[in-house]
Amino acid sequence: MSGQALPLEITDLRTTLFTRRGEMKAVDGLSLTVGAGETVALVGESGCGKSLSALSVMRLLPDPPARIVGGQVRLNGRDIVPLPEETMLGIRGKEIGMIFQDPISSLNPVATVEKQIVEVLMTHTELGRGQARVRAHELLELVGMPDAARRLDAYPHQLSGGMCQRVVIAMAIACSPSVLIADEPTTALDVTVQAQVLALLKKLQADAGMAMIFITHDLGVVAETADRVVVMYAGRKVEEASVDELFENPLHPYTVGLIGATPTPGAERAERLADIPGMVPPLNALPQGCAFAPRCKRVMDRCLTEKPALTVPGPGRLVACFAAQGG
Amino acid sequence: MSLLSLRDVRVQFNTAGGVVRAVNGVSLDLAVGETLGLVGESGCGKSTLGKAIMKLVPVSGGEIVVEGVDIAPLSGEQLTGMRRKVQMIFQDPYGSLNPRSTVGRSVAQPLVLAGWKAGATAERVETLLRWVGLPSDAKQRYPHEFSGGQRQRIGIARALALSPKLIICDEPVSALDVSVRAQVINLLEDLKSEFGVSYLFISHDLSVVEHIADRVAVMYLGMLFEVGGRDQIWKSPQHPYTRALLAAAPIANPKLARARQRTVLQGELPSPLNPPPGCPFNSRCPMAQDRCRVEKPVLRPVANGAQAACHFV
Repeated sequence: MSGQALPLEITDLRTTLFTRRGEMKAVDGLSLTVGAGETVALVGESGCGKSLSALSVMRLLPDPPARIVGGQVRLNGRDIVPLPEETMLGIRGKEIGMIFQDPISSLNPVATVEKQIVEVLMTHTELGRGQARVRAHELLELVGMPDAARRLDAYPHQLSGGMCQRVVIAMAIACSPSVLIADEPTTALDVTVQAQVLALLKKLQADAGMAMIFITHDLGVVAETADRVVVMYAGRKVEEASVDELFENPLHPYTVGLIGATPTPGAERAERLADIPGMVPPLNALPQGCAFAPRCKRVMDRCLTEKPALTVPGPGRLVACFAAQGG
Repeated sequence: MSLLSLRDVRVQFNTAGGVVRAVNGVSLDLAVGETLGLVGESGCGKSTLGKAIMKLVPVSGGEIVVEGVDIAPLSGEQLTGMRRKVQMIFQDPYGSLNPRSTVGRSVAQPLVLAGWKAGATAERVETLLRWVGLPSDAKQRYPHEFSGGQRQRIGIARALALSPKLIICDEPVSALDVSVRAQVINLLEDLKSEFGVSYLFISHDLSVVEHIADRVAVMYLGMLFEVGGRDQIWKSPQHPYTRALLAAAPIANPKLARARQRTVLQGELPSPLNPPPGCPFNSRCPMAQDRCRVEKPVLRPVANGAQAACHFV
């Protein structure tokens, strides 16, 4: 049974923010699977729920105000939503690794690089301190840390952002997790360092066959890294497709808008960017029908009153839009 | 005559760790009606150069010539007159607006300082808000009531108030979401075709610069490595750093992304406190030779009307 289970299977995940201004459905029924060795990109703009989805999967939601109110997150076949925190402590960092946007605040500022990696290894494996220190050095070499032996004794503030992100990656993969969640891992990095880190993540993933969720707002990064793409808007999945199909033939008007709004190299100069009018609605004031309707070029009467469900327009594809379904 | 002409501009900061030469001898021209993109990675000095043109940081050497007048030595009232010609918009539209001042007052401020009468000022503020696509009632409201994209529009309205010739845009869309970013880029392009304003567009995002710029200058550790037309830079980049930078930029097209030959540049930017001797890029350059470690290259004409600072181009 567990031998055939997918590394990650999210079913109808619901995460709600309980605030003074009312309940907000930050993640509203998200379903998603990631196979071994596969990279699924989670794309959307600020407030679409992509980071809260990741934190839900890690069971790291800030509570209050955020809480999972429904759905399942199956990690190698086991639903981790009902598990107590003590059990999660043994799962995080071992079965599931996470890399955040800001590498410097992900690290302990008063512990050396070596100490932080050793701590992960000693928590989750049988290694003794001496073996863990040897392994920490190997891991730093593996993530391409320049001058790795010397960096073991460094503190995070002595390293650049790119080097800190390499340390975070070393910690995330230290116990060979089956699932890796990367939340905007290169957004804070310069473009040449971003290219280094993306290449590193792809290599580590291919070598270990990890399932990876890659959260980003940058369609360029999506095109470079993803196998499959999930587009989110206002807490819901609005489209899912293979990366090639998504860019070649986007179906949801929001996806079309996002791609049109991203400049592509070599495009003819006269072209205006296709902007999407308006902005993402606040979660406590979502329209009654489709959340994208007020900004949508293809809006119909039906969209204002009814929320479109996900339908299957072709093999391996999903879209939640009445217009894309032909009314 | 160039609208803006920089000659050997230098900015240095004295820090506890030593002298940082943030801008180390930059010469550059910007023509009337032109959008010049200034690209580079963090710490390359591109924002400091933008601030130096506004005289927001002390300029330690060189000439900054705006419409024939060197403003580098100016101060006080003489400088105020120049400021009407050159305005700036910033990356963080919230941090650049006074949170306790209504939008109307913020946009009116440059007009008030320039001695405009109340009636004319009010009328001008209405016009400016309309140009940038904000509702007229925006003027009674406060910055926190607006989204990031709208705040950037407020900053643009304020920059336009005195009909400047040049607007220095320092990462104006980097903090914005993709869809809103496109709105602001389109607005900047509309304003340019309407009023003939020129832009110095500072950004780390190469795809945005390729979209908006007529010419591009590439900066690295305080010096310019390459200056050329947009098409020349993208089709036949001359400097090895320009080539590496373009190769590193993600392409929002999976097939093109897979097809291209990608040489990932090794290493990171050296510390500006302690740049390598000779060419500052020699520690990362795939073409570096002995000469690069002792002799600093100067920007000189190369193929296709471009300029590059490299011994081997």
